[in-house]
Amino acid sequence: MENNHQSEFVGLSSRDAFGKQLLKLAKDDERIVALTADLASSTRLVEFKQAYPERMFNFGIAEQDMMGASAGFALTGKIPFVCTFAAFASMRACEQARTDIAYNNLPVRICASHGGIGLAAGGSTHHALEDLSIFRTMAGMTVLVPADGVQAAALVRAIMNLPGPSYLRLSRPTEPTIYTEDKEFPIGKADVLKEGKDLTIIAIGGMVGYTLKAIESLEAEGYSVGLINAYSLKPFDRETIRDAARNTQAILTVEEHNIIGGLGSATAEVLAEEGISVKFRRHGILDHFTTSAPYEDLIHHYKLDAEGIASVGRELLNY
Amino acid sequence: METEKVNSLQKIAQEIREDIVRTSRDCVEGVHIGGSLSLAEILAVLFFEVAKIDPKNPGWSERDRIVLSKGHGNAGFAAAMARRGFFPLEELKRFDLLDAPLSMHVDKHRMPGVEISSGSLGHGLPISVGIALSGLLDKAAWRVYCILGDGELMEGSVWEAVMSAAHYHLDNLTAIVDRNQFSLDGPTEEIMSLEPLADKFRDFGWFVLEVDGHNVENLLGAFHATGMNGKPKVIIAKTVKGKGVSFLENKTSSHFARLKPEQAEQALAEIAQAKEQIH
Repeated sequence: MENNHQSEFVGLSSRDAFGKQLLKLAKDDERIVALTADLASSTRLVEFKQAYPERMFNFGIAEQDMMGASAGFALTGKIPFVCTFAAFASMRACEQARTDIAYNNLPVRICASHGGIGLAAGGSTHHALEDLSIFRTMAGMTVLVPADGVQAAALVRAIMNLPGPSYLRLSRPTEPTIYTEDKEFPIGKADVLKEGKDLTIIAIGGMVGYTLKAIESLEAEGYSVGLINAYSLKPFDRETIRDAARNTQAILTVEEHNIIGGLGSATAEVLAEEGISVKFRRHGILDHFTTSAPYEDLIHHYKLDAEGIASVGRELLNY
Repeated sequence: METEKVNSLQKIAQEIREDIVRTSRDCVEGVHIGGSLSLAEILAVLFFEVAKIDPKNPGWSERDRIVLSKGHGNAGFAAAMARRGFFPLEELKRFDLLDAPLSMHVDKHRMPGVEISSGSLGHGLPISVGIALSGLLDKAAWRVYCILGDGELMEGSVWEAVMSAAHYHLDNLTAIVDRNQFSLDGPTEEIMSLEPLADKFRDFGWFVLEVDGHNVENLLGAFHATGMNGKPKVIIAKTVKGKGVSFLENKTSSHFARLKPEQAEQALAEIAQAKEQIH
């Protein structure tokens, strides 16, 4: 059955959707420039380069120069998209992002691929498990993590007109499909995909899809489980998180990130400050460095696939 | 006419020095006095002759962009901007105070006309590369001037930008190195040797000029020199840290100081004497 409303971004990884959406935006807005540090193909800028070679700048393997230069582009009225791996955007060029971009409050869009353990076989040097924490602590920085290709495209459109800096985390592996039709996702909101009485799971990125599958097995066991896609990690949708916590017996967060500083921490801050007492657990990478393996094997190893998330949810429900 | 211009710029440089000394006397904690004094002629020439800027319209789209990469040179930079008319000179007296335009490191949120805040070293040249690329993309007539300290050339990020500026043929970019030979801990050649500096820039594909950074005519010549042929320009300005004040010149301790009233009096007397010798 052909669905006329189906988004062209369905089934694409968030990085593929990013490249495709940026190319479309660049057609209508000559102010858009793309910057990369020898990762044009990995961050899906090859078509952009072919279509608009004069607006594509490769800085070679020099992330600090690239990040600083993006501030220069923003200062002169361009709309810069900076593209590299999440590990390098957040750590190699961290100070340039913080001081040149965030402190100067410049609208640079840092679009970083290979978030989490996406470059699974690459090992810890190429895993980004600190990026969300790092960018979340930069004053004025918007931090977004799309759940799939359709949402990634929407968030690329959303950051186009942001007056301040933003960090968009993209994934190398294709995330399970959550959305099939194009729609806009407001910055600062979370998307309640499902309500539940026993447990509400708050997830981001590809983990939203794996959690959805985990919930199927938990519900088959008789539990009522909700799911929130907290794609806007900063600003964070406190009200939605608060309401879910008040209407459920337990809260579980799931992220492809160290459990320190990211979604789990953001949720814990809301629960503590709102004075809500609820069973609570942060799931993700449990504050250790990660090993390397194919992605499916790695998320299984760290209990981040549907089976693993279900097991952690079950543990929490029976705690 | 030419002599008049040179004399006038020399006088402005000495007035900037007087401002720096007064700031160093009146401040709460101290200022980066040595590396501000070494900048005086560079700032006078850039702000009062070379750069196309309009203090009444700091956001003028056709202005030349001046990036102070050595953000700690702000005592001199702010004096030049105030004298050029970006904000009242009296504001210099409130250095470091809560709501004053002037602070230890240049801050666009505080001081009108500042392109970008800086302070952490090694940031200004990459930013300037982005500005220059944007200017080339727009075929703009304006230029980018980036003022670097020599100490910050120890930062790897500077050399990343030195490479990209040459790679992208940024002949609308001029970098000025305040080569005063000192960083915080001592002489640069003891801390981390930079020489042969001109050769390094030349080998990286830059159009290199070495001048006496306290000679206004030399500086004017270097700023106006053409023949870059698609290369970015660097002016290595040989300067003296603490220039113009005998007890501060070429001293590691002049990096950051608060002058006692009697020290400031002596310093101002020395600068006044130098000013009298300008004809």
